[in-house]
Amino acid sequence: MSTVILLALTGLGLAALYFLVASGLSLVFGLADVLNFAHGLFLGVGAYATWWAAGNLPGAGPDGFGFVLAVAFGVAAGTLVAILVELVLIRPLYSRTIEQVLVTVGLSLAGVALLQATWGADARPFPRPEWTRGVTGILGAQVPNGGLLLIIAAALVLGALLAFLQWTRYGLVIRAGVENREMVTALGIDVRKAFTLVFAIGGAAAALAGALGGVYFGTVSPGQGSSLLIFAFIVVVIGGMGSVLGSAYAAVAVGLLQQFVNYYGTSGLGDICVVGLLAAVLLLRPQGIAGKVATA
Amino acid sequence: MTAMTEPVLTVDGLSVRIAGLHILQGVSFTVAPTGVTVLLGRNGVGKTTTLRAVVGLTPRNGEVRGTIRMGAQSLLARPTYRLVRGGLGYVPEDRCVFAGLTVAENLRLAERRGITPAYDQVFALFPELERRARQRAGSLSGGQQQMLAIGRVLLNDNRLLLVDEPTKGLAPKVVTEVTEVLERVAESVPVLLVEQNLAVVRRLAKDAVVLAAGQVAWTGDAHELLLETALTRSLLGVGTGESHRGPEQAVAPGKDGH
Repeated sequence: MSTVILLALTGLGLAALYFLVASGLSLVFGLADVLNFAHGLFLGVGAYATWWAAGNLPGAGPDGFGFVLAVAFGVAAGTLVAILVELVLIRPLYSRTIEQVLVTVGLSLAGVALLQATWGADARPFPRPEWTRGVTGILGAQVPNGGLLLIIAAALVLGALLAFLQWTRYGLVIRAGVENREMVTALGIDVRKAFTLVFAIGGAAAALAGALGGVYFGTVSPGQGSSLLIFAFIVVVIGGMGSVLGSAYAAVAVGLLQQFVNYYGTSGLGDICVVGLLAAVLLLRPQGIAGKVATA
Repeated sequence: MTAMTEPVLTVDGLSVRIAGLHILQGVSFTVAPTGVTVLLGRNGVGKTTTLRAVVGLTPRNGEVRGTIRMGAQSLLARPTYRLVRGGLGYVPEDRCVFAGLTVAENLRLAERRGITPAYDQVFALFPELERRARQRAGSLSGGQQQMLAIGRVLLNDNRLLLVDEPTKGLAPKVVTEVTEVLERVAESVPVLLVEQNLAVVRRLAKDAVVLAAGQVAWTGDAHELLLETALTRSLLGVGTGESHRGPEQAVAPGKDGH
C-alpha cells in the first residue's frame, strides 16, 4: 500500500513538472498556432538563473527567503526571455509555420549550446533548502518533499491560470482567441498583445518548472528542458491543444502511467506506454481530452 | 448613383488573388451613406472575399491590389482591429460567435476602453440576449447566434456595417426577424450586405452591386434589378419568384434555425 502511495505521489510530482511546461505550451499553441520548440529553453533559463541567483544575487541563497528570492529571479528571467523570443523572433513569423518551427528548433539547440558553453555540459548540484531533501510520511509512504513542493506549486499555478482566464479581460480575449483568433481581431482587439502575454505566462510557468525541477532532481544540466519538452508535447496533444485544464488531466495521466509502469514493469516501459497512450488518444479522440477550449 | 452625397465606402480596381487564384479582378463600386447596398452574385463569385478584403481579413497567402477607402481614409494595409475600431462593423458568414463563451462574455469582448457600450440599444433590439446572458453561445439556435453576432457589433458606433449572409440556414420565421432587425439598424447606419435570399434583398436593399466572373457586372437600383427577371436569372442563376409567387417562396427553407 505504501508503495502505491509513494508511486502515486512521485507520479504526481512528475505530472506537476509536465503540467508547468505543458500549460504554457498549450496556450501558446492554442492561441497563436505556434509550435514552440524553444519552450524547453525557458525551463533551462529558469533553472540556471535560479541556480546563479542562489550563489550570486545579494539577498538570495539556498535557504528560506533567499531561496524564494532566487526562484523569483529565475522565473523573472524565464519570463523575460520568453517575451523577447516572442517579440523578436516569433512576431515577424506569424502564420508562417515552417519558418517558426525552424526558428524555435534552432533556438532550443542554440540555447542548450549556450548554457553548455557558459556553465559546462555536466550536471551541477542545485542549491536547495534543507527541508526539500527530506521526506514526509504520508499514509506510511516516505514521500520526497521536493516532489510535494512541485505538486503544490503546480496546483497553485493551475488555480491562478484558471482564475486569470475566467475573470480577467485578457483571460477572456485568450479564451476567445483560442476558439477563433480572426474573429477576435474583427471585434477591434489587438490579439498580438495577448500573444506576448501567453508567451510570458508560458515562460514563467516553464521557468518555475526549471527551478523546482532542479530542487526535485537535485541537479541542473543544460539538456534538462529538451528532454522534458518531449513529454510536455505529448501532454499537450493528449490534453487538447489550447486547454489548460486538459493539460492538467493529461499531465496526471502521463505522470502516473509512467511512474507505475516503470516500477512494476521493465524500466523504460513506462515511457513507451506514454507514447502508446498518445497514439490511442490520437486515434480515438484526435482533439484531445478537452478539445479546443482554454478552460474546459 | 448617389449624386448628392459622398459614398461611405469606395472600392476601386480591387483585385484579390489567393493561393494563385484570381478571385477578384478589378472590382469597383461604391456604398451609399444611407440604407442597404446589397452585393449579389452566384456562389463562389467572390462576395465574401470582397467583404473580407474591405475589413482586412484576406489570408496571408492572398494578395490584394486596388484601393478601398472609407471617406477619405485608405483602408488597405491597415490591421483589422484598427479598421474595426475606426467604425467598420463586421458580421461574418456563419455568425462566428464564440461557442465556448457565454452570451454575456461574447458581448463583453466587443466592449472598448473609454467607450460606453450601447447595451440598452442592443437589448432593445434583441431582448433574448439579455435573458440568455449566462447561456453558452454554442447552445443558442442559429437565429439567436445571428442576433448575438449582430448585437455585439452594435455595442459600438459604426460608420459602416458589413453583413455576410445573415439569413443563411435560418428558418423562414427567423429570416423575417433578422430582416426586420437589419431594416431598423439600416435606418441609422449604412450596410453593405451579402445576401442570397431575394425576398430579403427585395425588402432591404436600396442599391445593388452584382459580381460575375470576378468583376462587377451590374450596379444600380436594387428593385430595378429584381424587376428584370431575365437579367437577374442570367446574373444570379436564380428566378426572382416569377410574377405569381410571393416572396415567401423565395425564402430558402431553413435547416437549423427556429
